Amino acid sequence: MSVHTFNQDLYRRRKLANAIGLTLSMLAMALGLTVLLWILFVLFRNGFAALDWNLFTQSTPAPGSEGGGLLNAIVGSLMMVGFAVLVSTPIGIFAGVYLAEYGDQSKTAEVTRFVTDIMLSAPSIVLGLFVYAILVAQVKHFSGWAGSLALSLIAVPVVVRTTENMLRLVPGGLREAAFALGAPRWKVATFVTLRAARSGVVTGLLLAVARISGETAPLLFTALNNQFFSADMNKPMANLPVVIYQFAMSPYDNWIRLAWGGALLITLAVLLLNIIARVFFRDRVKV
Amino acid sequence: MSLDTSADARHSARVAAVASKQRWQDFLFHKVTMLFSLLVLAALLGIIVSLLINAWPAFQKFGLNFVWRVEWDIINEEFGAAIAIVGTLLSAGIALLLAVPLAFGIALFLTETCPVWLRRPLGTAIELLAAVPSIIYGMFGLFIFAPLFAEYGQPALQSTLGQMPLIAPLFGGAMNGIGILAAGIVLAFMVLPFIAAVMRDVFEIVPPILRESAYGLGCTTWEVVRRVVLPYTQKGVIGGVMLGLGRALGETMAVTFVIGNSQRLSASLFSPGTSIASTLANEFGEAADFHLSTLFALGFLLFVITFVVLALAKLMISRAEKAKGF
Repeated sequence: MSVHTFNQDLYRRRKLANAIGLTLSMLAMALGLTVLLWILFVLFRNGFAALDWNLFTQSTPAPGSEGGGLLNAIVGSLMMVGFAVLVSTPIGIFAGVYLAEYGDQSKTAEVTRFVTDIMLSAPSIVLGLFVYAILVAQVKHFSGWAGSLALSLIAVPVVVRTTENMLRLVPGGLREAAFALGAPRWKVATFVTLRAARSGVVTGLLLAVARISGETAPLLFTALNNQFFSADMNKPMANLPVVIYQFAMSPYDNWIRLAWGGALLITLAVLLLNIIARVFFRDRVKV
Repeated sequence: MSLDTSADARHSARVAAVASKQRWQDFLFHKVTMLFSLLVLAALLGIIVSLLINAWPAFQKFGLNFVWRVEWDIINEEFGAAIAIVGTLLSAGIALLLAVPLAFGIALFLTETCPVWLRRPLGTAIELLAAVPSIIYGMFGLFIFAPLFAEYGQPALQSTLGQMPLIAPLFGGAMNGIGILAAGIVLAFMVLPFIAAVMRDVFEIVPPILRESAYGLGCTTWEVVRRVVLPYTQKGVIGGVMLGLGRALGETMAVTFVIGNSQRLSASLFSPGTSIASTLANEFGEAADFHLSTLFALGFLLFVITFVVLALAKLMISRAEKAKGF
């Protein structure tokens, strides 16, 4: 009898612990979702209020003056991100091919993989310092090129890792069939494996673009900012993240409004890229 | 007959030529791709060396004491990293304290209780939360979170935790919404999705047979996770947490907006402070000469700290993944 009641007691306690644990976990999930929706709601409300034609046709306003838009910042961001992608795509894909193709045999590959993983999460502001030291401090002026270089330092590890992962997903039979036909290794790697993993590699590129579009810290000391329209990569260049940072911290209402507008544009672009990457290449993406 | 052998010889000569050409191409391909992957290594070495060179004047003047010194006096050129390091560690520590249990809850929900058809959309939502640029978290923190925190959060904390012995000073002082605690909370939501995603991934590598055996013995879901899944994935979970820590330590924008940016040490978590990254973001533009060198020294310290944390995280996660061979 006493054993029986003891068991009942234990059973009740275990069920209670289970209920509490699962409820808390559900609350955690709800909290995470709430924050995402809340951020999006705030962004949409403030961002769409700032969205008008001027945002895309005028450059950033001077302190104290009315109106203005983000044209120079949008163009600057597009150019810097574009060049960063042009630079980091070949580097990232070749390095990824190396890791997937020769990665199991060499110590160099092992070290590279380890370093790439660390660079993926390295503080982006330090990369800005690095580019400042090797480029900006040497030529003695800020420039769009410097900003682009800092961004590509962030993009390369993303491309390397996704490329390697995608190449490793290609079925071994495909490679072996090509080898059996007498194809040399470089042909197998480029015309068979890389081609089979094409969509995955493109996903990696999309995610890299999404990652660098919102980066602010590395641009602070490299591209700086430019109040006027400029498409000269050799001069300081306006860009959305830094404009958002400076305008959001400013005392002017129209600047803060523009900051929200810019924030909305960036977030929409980044989320869209992520969603495209996930919808088109489901089950493959892992970053 | 003789014709045949000469044709054979010609043929094998051609094969040999093709083979040797291909060997060359393969050799070249190997070296070229290796060169590109060595670029990544070169970048890392370059970062360390260039930071160290630029930080050298600061380290030369203050030595290792730079890490412990509390002064940050730009005019008299007396610098120390202690305030920024404390701010960095405190805000990242608070972030982890809040984010780890939440991430565990989310991972548990996604792997155990969530209906299967909801797993992908909810998992994607969490991953999207990770994709939101950090500057958005910063703006959200400054314009939305800080005012609410000043009006409701801080008074509530002060009247509860602020009344307890020993920890009361942590929750004293002016309540204006921004400060180290606010930065920690905003950071928590920023790193939450990273940690949750890693935890979910390692929870999923637990062999189903382990889980099912535990259920078969009559374990509740909570017990399965607590006593089977968590011990089995221990290393991976710790790795995920450290990955989050690495992100939190080096984050600039989410912190700079809400930490208050003041070079002061205070007992209260409500008071404004600074982190290494936010000091860099704030002062680098106006810095020159020696001040610049101290900022490089700060950057070097940040890089070393995050490097160690991330390296440990990687080791933990890779060991956890190797263990899945069971």
